[in-house]
Amino acid sequence: MRQFLAGLLIGAAALLPAGVAMAQDGPLRIEITDGVIEPLPFAVPDFVAETGTAGELSAQIARVVAADLAGTGLFREVPASAHISRVTDFDAPVQYADWKAINAQALITGGVSVNGNRLTVRFSGYDVFSEDMLGEGLQFSGTTEGWRRMAHKVSDAIYSRITGESGYFDSRVVFVSESGPKNDRRKRLAIMDYDGANVQYLTNSSAIVLAPRFSPTGDQVLYTSYESGFPQVHVLDVARVQRRILSPDDGIMSFAPRFAPDGKTVVFSQSRGGNTDIYRMDIASGNLSRLTSAPSIETAPSFSPDGSQIVFESDRSGSQQLYVMAATGGEARRISFGNGRYGTPVWSPRGDLVAFTKQNRGRFHIGVMRTDGSEERLLTSSFLDEGPTWAPNGRVIMFTRETQGASGRATLYSVDISGRNLKPVRTPDGASDPAWSPLQN
Amino acid sequence: MGISGMKRAICLVAALAVSACSNATGWRDDGFGGSGSGGAGASADGGLGAGALAPNSPAYFQQTVGDRVLFAVDQHELGAGAQTTLAAQAGWLAANPEYTITIEGHADEQGTREYNLGLGARRANAAREYLVANGVSPTRIKTVSFGKERPLEICSAEACYAQNRRAVTVIAGGFTS
Repeated sequence: MRQFLAGLLIGAAALLPAGVAMAQDGPLRIEITDGVIEPLPFAVPDFVAETGTAGELSAQIARVVAADLAGTGLFREVPASAHISRVTDFDAPVQYADWKAINAQALITGGVSVNGNRLTVRFSGYDVFSEDMLGEGLQFSGTTEGWRRMAHKVSDAIYSRITGESGYFDSRVVFVSESGPKNDRRKRLAIMDYDGANVQYLTNSSAIVLAPRFSPTGDQVLYTSYESGFPQVHVLDVARVQRRILSPDDGIMSFAPRFAPDGKTVVFSQSRGGNTDIYRMDIASGNLSRLTSAPSIETAPSFSPDGSQIVFESDRSGSQQLYVMAATGGEARRISFGNGRYGTPVWSPRGDLVAFTKQNRGRFHIGVMRTDGSEERLLTSSFLDEGPTWAPNGRVIMFTRETQGASGRATLYSVDISGRNLKPVRTPDGASDPAWSPLQN
Repeated sequence: MGISGMKRAICLVAALAVSACSNATGWRDDGFGGSGSGGAGASADGGLGAGALAPNSPAYFQQTVGDRVLFAVDQHELGAGAQTTLAAQAGWLAANPEYTITIEGHADEQGTREYNLGLGARRANAAREYLVANGVSPTRIKTVSFGKERPLEICSAEACYAQNRRAVTVIAGGFTS
């Protein structure tokens, strides 16, 4: 099975125009069809409550694991109502025949114990048809309040073992929560788990806030705020919810910030005399250096994962296009050449792709291209899609979709880089400008 | 809320004017290019009709001189109408030297967030340069861009977009006499 799914994902990564489907019977194999992936069926019975107080969590954790895996579009849950076996002892032998009978190709079992507020989760994965374990069983411990994170860690381990890719479930998303009508919109920073759970607000809505971005370690967030009356770059400590102005406080507009991979440097745009360029700032010293100097709009800089290059947008050619330059500035080479306008480029964490917003013929798209501009593919299309952010494993993109008209509302969506599995991310209010964190430790 | 509601009322009136004349070519430059003037019932200070505004008041500036200029799609050039409005603004500012101003540049929703911030900065700066060329001291002028964050009109059609692509001169500092 590992081999099968690894093949399946390589198929997706190779950007095949056709979908990949698998045969349900006989030896596992890959068939290229023009259909979509047939998701891999799995079963996650309620985890076994191993202490008296673990009953509720043992069921909830299994539900989160199931939602994580099914939410990828690569897996499909065989519901509990179809299960033949009940797992009542985590250490008892697996009744493979019962899981084969319902065609659950993967089985995930777990045991949960709670002592005080300490939660311990043990789990195992099984390849049902080969009657093998999917790697060794693992155990995570933490506090009971962190139960969702433990569930996500189980999902990450299972996903990783089956696909050969790192997971992305134990991660967070910082975003702008929106309320109120379009001409009186209130915006505040918020953070949540990748799946929309555990929303926490980081600022009040007294000033416009835009486009938060995580630090490489996920403990700080850069964002643009109008708190002083004009846009300035702020940095916020996520754990302590403390913030300060980072950009020079000299009345110059600063926006579109992003951290360098070393976490010590930031880049952002400044507008001086109506002209917007990209600047780089050393956080410790506050030293500012100018990376672009053209009369056009240069903005939305994003570093390559090795920190050596920056992809950004510029309208120096007469319309918005994507360019790559050295992280120290200097000559830039244009990488986007298709029809329409390109903006908000973001380098993937794997380094292989750039995600972007494209505007063409009155429609907006989220797309990806290789870092040299080749193999452009559009993943979405709507009245207004913009601002992609990468899942930590570089397989999924989250972005903002805004609906048309007077009652237009912003919602977060995610889509696989294959273009499949487009779906909204549930948030309490309107939401925009998502930024995905690295995988948590 | 009160101010923005009032602005909205003004622009609804303006939007009607636009749709009424939108078949005429070049309406952006026909002198409409500016003024937030107008609207009956759009008085800033509750109860005073436009005719009763003191000529040196910010409300007079907003409603009678005209506090805004409009732009074509993705452009920051000032049309003839916009220049007329800005010349009137410069005249008012010369007569009322105690005021400072902030010029707010805005974009419509057809664009990405960061680019629209840059575009709004261009528009605010275009208005600023025109005022400076007409004698307003640069030290009295601040500029700021709101990109597409503060639309006045909320439909997703050109009639609304045209009103949102604007540079608004806000009487900021100084003291009222």
